[in-house]
Amino acid sequence: MAPRLKLFLPLILFVVLAAFLFRGLSLDPMALPSALIDRPLPDFQLTELADDRPLSRADVIGEAALFNVWATWCISCRVEHPYLQQLADSGVPIYGINYKDEDTAARRWLRDLGNPYRANIVDRDGTLGVDLGVYGAPETYLVDAEGVIRYRHVGVIDERVWRDTLEPLWREILALETLP
Amino acid sequence: MNPLRTTVLGLLMLLLALPATAVIESYEFSEPELEVRYRALSQELRCPKCQNQNIADSNAPISQDLRRLLHQQLEAGSSDREILEFMVARYGEFVRYRPAFNAVTAVLWLAPVLLLLGGAAGLLLLLRGRKQSPATLDSDDQARLTALLQTAEKDA
Repeated sequence: MAPRLKLFLPLILFVVLAAFLFRGLSLDPMALPSALIDRPLPDFQLTELADDRPLSRADVIGEAALFNVWATWCISCRVEHPYLQQLADSGVPIYGINYKDEDTAARRWLRDLGNPYRANIVDRDGTLGVDLGVYGAPETYLVDAEGVIRYRHVGVIDERVWRDTLEPLWREILALETLP
Repeated sequence: MNPLRTTVLGLLMLLLALPATAVIESYEFSEPELEVRYRALSQELRCPKCQNQNIADSNAPISQDLRRLLHQQLEAGSSDREILEFMVARYGEFVRYRPAFNAVTAVLWLAPVLLLLGGAAGLLLLLRGRKQSPATLDSDDQARLTALLQTAEKDA
């Protein structure tokens, strides 16, 4: 190596290290990639929150939708609730997965705060949750019309998350569906 | 020791023992061999929520669920491999402390080796660079050196 270049070696090392560290600042170490991306939504035989009717996978697929894992014990779920309502009002189908919760508390929540969900799957023991790879609430899955999971968002959905991450994917899925 | 001190001391010791009972529920196993495998697998599986704990040490709800599943599957006769595959299919390779070697985890497994080799190569180059610069004197310097050595000999 030319001696002149050697002088710059520490600087180059510093820049490379700084670049990695800077990138690390904006990475969320808690966000895990889902193992179920591009896999079908797992099958389940559970019930609906409002009227206890049986609910299975076939009842909730057929149209691209969001599947939102929520619970009344989950504080962040309360934070994202108004925005989910707003999304539902604008025509995005959202199914709820009421995760390890109590039915009465969950019904009261929907009565008091509004119900943005097409239907709510009662996952009292977290079995569907485990099949989905859920590790906390809220989590939201983007599922296409064929029932394939396309994306998972861990944490609160707000306007920024929707605009920057979910909406582009959502539009993409809708666009693919309208193709012949 | 008077009875009061004994009682107080006893209570204090109980306080110390609380953390030991706080974390883990205990499972009954039909065979002792299953319990050994349960211990090994719950140490190998990583809690997806808390990330730096295995499910044996973590009290997160998800760890409790995974331990329950682990117990059920062991009692149902699943092999270690089947159980790990079940977990990985849902939570990704992340859920294992020793992920399988594949395209996704290759960087993880190979990076330490590559870094070590890189470091060794760097060190080797550095050492060779040092060896390559033995003092070579041009003819003028050589003449001065001889002259100096001769004066030194004379003085001695």
